[in-house]
Amino acid sequence: MDNILVLTHVDESGALSRASLESVAAGVELSAAIGATLAVGVVAAELSADIPAQLAGLNARVLAATAAELAEPRFASDAAACEALCRHASATIVLAPGSSRFTRVLPAVAHRLGGVTDTHITALTGGTQVEATRWYYRQRVEAVITRTARPWFLLLDAGTRTPYAAKGTAPAIEAVALAMPALRTQVLGIKAPKQDEQTIRPDAKLLFVAGAGWTKKQADGQVHAAEAEQCILGFLKVADSSLGSSKSLVDQSGENQAVLKFMSHLNQIGQTGATPRHAKGLSTCCHGEEPHVVGWRFVNERRAINLDANCGWARGKADVVYIADAFAVMQRVNALLSEKK
Amino acid sequence: MANVFHIVVCSGIVPDPLQTLEPAPGPTLKNEMMLPAVLDPWAASALYEGAALAAKHAGSKLWLLSLGPKAKLQQVMMTVGQKVPFEFVAVDGPLGGFTDATSTAAALAEAIAAIPGLDRTKLLLFGGWESASRGAGVTLQVAGELLGISDQFQGVDEIKVADDGSFEVLERIEGGRHQQSRCQGTPAVLGWATGNLPEPRNSPQVGMANMRGIMPALQKAKSVKLDANSLTYASVSLPKQQRETRLVRDLSPDEIAREIVQWIAE
Ligand SMILES: Cc1cc2nc3c(=O)[nH]c(=O)nc-3n(C[C@H](O)[C@H](O)[C@H](O)COP(=O)(O)OP(=O)(O)OC[C@H]3O[C@@H](n4cnc5c(N)ncnc54)[C@H](O)[C@@H]3O)c2cc1C
Repeated sequence: MDNILVLTHVDESGALSRASLESVAAGVELSAAIGATLAVGVVAAELSADIPAQLAGLNARVLAATAAELAEPRFASDAAACEALCRHASATIVLAPGSSRFTRVLPAVAHRLGGVTDTHITALTGGTQVEATRWYYRQRVEAVITRTARPWFLLLDAGTRTPYAAKGTAPAIEAVALAMPALRTQVLGIKAPKQDEQTIRPDAKLLFVAGAGWTKKQADGQVHAAEAEQCILGFLKVADSSLGSSKSLVDQSGENQAVLKFMSHLNQIGQTGATPRHAKGLSTCCHGEEPHVVGWRFVNERRAINLDANCGWARGKADVVYIADAFAVMQRVNALLSEKK
Repeated sequence: MANVFHIVVCSGIVPDPLQTLEPAPGPTLKNEMMLPAVLDPWAASALYEGAALAAKHAGSKLWLLSLGPKAKLQQVMMTVGQKVPFEFVAVDGPLGGFTDATSTAAALAEAIAAIPGLDRTKLLLFGGWESASRGAGVTLQVAGELLGISDQFQGVDEIKVADDGSFEVLERIEGGRHQQSRCQGTPAVLGWATGNLPEPRNSPQVGMANMRGIMPALQKAKSVKLDANSLTYASVSLPKQQRETRLVRDLSPDEIAREIVQWIAE
């Protein structure tokens, strides 16, 4: 029989992260499907009252590794905590959120335990065997995999299931002893754009993508970078959307062309960029080439505005393509949305 | 005291992203050996960052370690060899994303341990934080474990070295932010994201110098078989690619704007 351990961690508020609670939900489902035992492991500096409350009603052992050194994510300290939890639970299957914190460390932990890891799991089923779905070649080939090797660590992509919903009594939490190794790395903090310059919003319903067309010469033979900036930032503000970019547009900032200052490689969507999850996506001034569009794998409804009826979006990559000038359209969209607000 | 780094960049080779991919039994990709290949893009950032770091710190060395079929590695090195100076280390093994990352890591760690003249106390193990084939983010991390390296960073966009040999690292975290850390010094693993450097222009001189090492490295390349570690594929398929696209050609900007605003609100 398998022993499933769901590893979780807190977010900056001290409560378990949403992605952690999604993994807990996955653990509940999978343990029922394959008749495995279930435990939840918590990695945190200290146990806030939120944590037992968030896990209320869970029919599972809850273990916690706590230490001041776990206040920030760091390879050496997180690895020690996760390793201790896995050993304590005699875990044969470990489920965990594919957060930056856990992706940095869990493949190494699996290796310490003689196990194996698969990441970016988008779906999980259990019958006679556990089967996990993941993508290869940057979201271009989808595969369903299974393994008999144990312990098997599966890192689940965030946003792929409903988080565990607490109900009933809060569980007791068992402390797990932890030997902290000497630490050579000190976490200095987080570098983030100022609140009003924050353009990447993973929880937004809508992804707005800007392509290189925004900084190209327009019908009048001129570049309109300032207007482009106004259109794009204006939209982000009134639509509360997240901002993505094509590679061509963010590469320009390294090449001293007309640039949009608020864009960086972190905004890049695609083969060598991000693959965010949003319900809707609106592409503007972007050609929709395959290396870009693979980053839209998890964007459900897609619309594009492009001057070129032969752009990639028009060839089966978007649901609707408006053949139009994005400057003109977006100015009006912004006006309509600000009226509504 | 001057800082000297021994930088090993691990990079696979992957099909050029503009190619059409089709899975075939194995699993493998149809005509995989025929598809034009490139250096894995995020690992390529690691190579350029590594070269810049080595150039800044006199006495440092840079190795590029790649596992793949010899013939394919040779093809890719024809262009990569012209980018930055490095010493090439090749391991002859299978291509593709469907192999097991843990086995790949073991083969890479073994090759690194066997590099003559490599001082592991000065080691910076570089690579891409994820490959463009398997995209797992497992290989580099496990290789680091096998080499006994206790400081690892993933999604790295910047390294800044201080005079005392310590260095600051920026790692990508959720929401378009970076975590900033300071590590006391080598050895460390850095899985790179994009970094800050553009792709260097091809330099025939660099190419000539690298070529002298690349051919012998390919001849010396050890062949490895990668264990699947019980990984089996229940199915491998292409997603449904085509959407039924509605092309809207003759609406005014006002009409389009109204339609878009309504769609956003739905
Ligand atoms: C190894 C590799 C990896 C890559 N990875 C990525 C990746 O991760 N992400 C990515 O995006 N790309 C990636 N690419 C690059 C990709 O192939 C394309 O070159 C890139 O996506 C093009 O960006 P673009 O569509 O913004 O620019 P362009 O191709 O220049 O297109 C600009 C578009 O803007 C339109 N336009 C101009 N003005 C207007 C206007 N006023 N109104 C409406 N439309 C207008 C034009 O019609 C055109 O379609 C990669 C390429 C390689 C080789």
